[in-house]
Amino acid sequence: MVELLQTLWQRPNFVVFVILFLWGFYIMAAHPNFVKKLIGLYIVQTSAIFFLVAFSAKDGAAVPIIISEGVVDAAAYANPLPHVLTVTAIVVQVATLGVSLALVSSIYRKYRSLDEDEVMEQLE
Amino acid sequence: MTFELPLLVLLVMTAAGAILVKDLISAVFILGSYSFALALVWALLGAVDVAFVEAVVGAGLATVFFLLTLFRTEEKDTQIRRPPMPWAAFVGLPLLALLLLYGAGDLPAFGDPTSPASVHISPTYLENSVAQTRTPNVVTAVLMDYRSFDTFIETIVIFTGGIACALILRRGRS
Repeated sequence: MVELLQTLWQRPNFVVFVILFLWGFYIMAAHPNFVKKLIGLYIVQTSAIFFLVAFSAKDGAAVPIIISEGVVDAAAYANPLPHVLTVTAIVVQVATLGVSLALVSSIYRKYRSLDEDEVMEQLE
Repeated sequence: MTFELPLLVLLVMTAAGAILVKDLISAVFILGSYSFALALVWALLGAVDVAFVEAVVGAGLATVFFLLTLFRTEEKDTQIRRPPMPWAAFVGLPLLALLLLYGAGDLPAFGDPTSPASVHISPTYLENSVAQTRTPNVVTAVLMDYRSFDTFIETIVIFTGGIACALILRRGRS
C-alpha cells in the first residue's frame, strides 16, 4: 500500500489522467443532457492525449527544436513522436466534436429539447 | 517541477467545473479554460506544438462549436438538472480507478529518458532530421516529411467531417 502511494506520488500525471478519464467517461455514459455528454467526451479525449504527451517528457530536456550544429544528443530533447501523433489527434477530435454537435443541433431542431429522457418520451 | 502540481490541480478543478455547473453556457466557457490549463501543462512538459494546437483548436474552435449549438436553443434547455448517481457507479468507478492506479507501478517513471517510448524510433528522428529535412523543428519535420501521408489522410478526415456537418445541418426540402 505504501509502495503504491509512493509510485503514484511520483506520477501525478497518471493520477490526473485516471480522474479525468473515469469522470468524463461516467458523464458521457450517464448524464441525460446531450451537451454534457459531449463535454464528457471532450474530457475523455483530452485526457488520453494528456497521457500520451506525459510519456514524451524527459527530465531536463528542451523543446524538440534543434538550433545547435553538429551531432545531436537525443536525451537532451523531448520525444517528438507523441507530439506529432497528438497534434493530429487533437484536430481529428475537434472534427468529430463538430459532427456530433451538428447531430445534437438537428435533434434539437426536431424535438425542441437537449434532454435524452424528453426526446425518448416523444419518440414513444 | 514546481509549477506542475498547481497546474494539475487547476486542470482537475476546471474539468470538475465544466462537469458540475448546471448552466450549459457557463460549462462551455469553463471547458475553454480547461483547454487553456491543459495547454499550459503541455507547454511545461516541452510539447509546445501540442500546446499551440490545443489553445487554438481545442480552446478556440471547440468553444465556438459548442456556443453555435447553444445559441439556437432556448433558455429553459440550457438550465439543466443534475441526475442522481446510480449505485453501480458508486461501486464500479472507484474499482476501475483502483485497477488503473494499481497498474501505474509498471509504467516507466515520469521524465525517464530511457523509457521504451523514447528509445525506439524517436532518437533517429532527433539525430537525423536536420541533416535530412533541413527543418530545425523536429515535430514539423516528422509531421510534414517523414509522416506526410499520415497528415495527408488526416486532411481527408477533416474534409469528411466538414461534409458531414454540412449534410446534417442542411435546411430546405426534407
